[in-house]
Amino acid sequence: MHKINKFEKIMQDIDVIDIKILKMMQADALLSVADIAEKVGVGSASCWRRIGRMEKSGIIKDQVAIIDPKALGLEVEVSLRITLDKTQTDAFDRFIEAARKVKEVNEIQTFLGRVDVRLNILARDMSHYQEIYRSQILLLPHIADIEALMLISNVMSKDGVPL
Amino acid sequence: MIAIDNIDRALLRELQNNGSAKASELGRIVGLSQSAAWRRIKRLQDAKVINGKRVVLDAVKLGFSVTVFLGIKLAAKGRVSLEDFERAVSAIPEVQLVQHVLGMYDYRLKVVATDLSDFERVLRRRIMTLPGVGDVEANVLLSEEKRNFVI
Repeated sequence: MHKINKFEKIMQDIDVIDIKILKMMQADALLSVADIAEKVGVGSASCWRRIGRMEKSGIIKDQVAIIDPKALGLEVEVSLRITLDKTQTDAFDRFIEAARKVKEVNEIQTFLGRVDVRLNILARDMSHYQEIYRSQILLLPHIADIEALMLISNVMSKDGVPL
Repeated sequence: MIAIDNIDRALLRELQNNGSAKASELGRIVGLSQSAAWRRIKRLQDAKVINGKRVVLDAVKLGFSVTVFLGIKLAAKGRVSLEDFERAVSAIPEVQLVQHVLGMYDYRLKVVATDLSDFERVLRRRIMTLPGVGDVEANVLLSEEKRNFVI
């Protein structure tokens, strides 16, 4: 019931077959267009057109390679959850601008909630992490509080859209 | 762990932006022949540095306008099996990421929903009813930047 309602507002742009195609691509990005077409039950040419249209409209943003930081020797991954001193009006902008300069930061997210900003840090080992934390992170402007979550394991990482 | 040089790094940077780039295009960008680029990519794949490909969809354009990150603390450690919790939480369709972490929380989840009331439904009916869930903290995502980490 809910599943059907959920897509009503976007149904003008895409149909059930498009959704099936996107589901296939999300589940396995290595499938060829011919494979997808066969599984969804449309012709290859029509499948091409549909994918092309969704790429053009930006529904399909990108195809990216999955690169494993551990295989490159980056064994330590830490989420730093940061609360900013909001009495400074430009705290967000200045903090983010400075955080972008730390090359070990590979994700910057801003939130509405108890946490203002989250930085994801990739380091070779604990002493490398400590060095980044002390000599770069703690120097970032307008920090009121920092809390760290160290990644033990990725239990599940579909990281897509629940179609 | 395999040794990589600056050309491998350049290849990985390109592939993080465009996973479907052909060996000939990649070779041109980093200054290699198609076959040399292909051999390097193959080597990175064999060493599991490149671990497949992923399609990135625009959640908002597909009607999913709310992304929330949850920090979850298990209430009764030792009494709840982590495997049971992980299996149950991973089976919720709106949960797109489950990380076991060390710190203030035990798990970090990413939940993708159509709107706030859809999120509330997932939180109340699916997350709060999981075995062993204790403290839950929710932060609604406002903006996100991801960057290449091959340095």
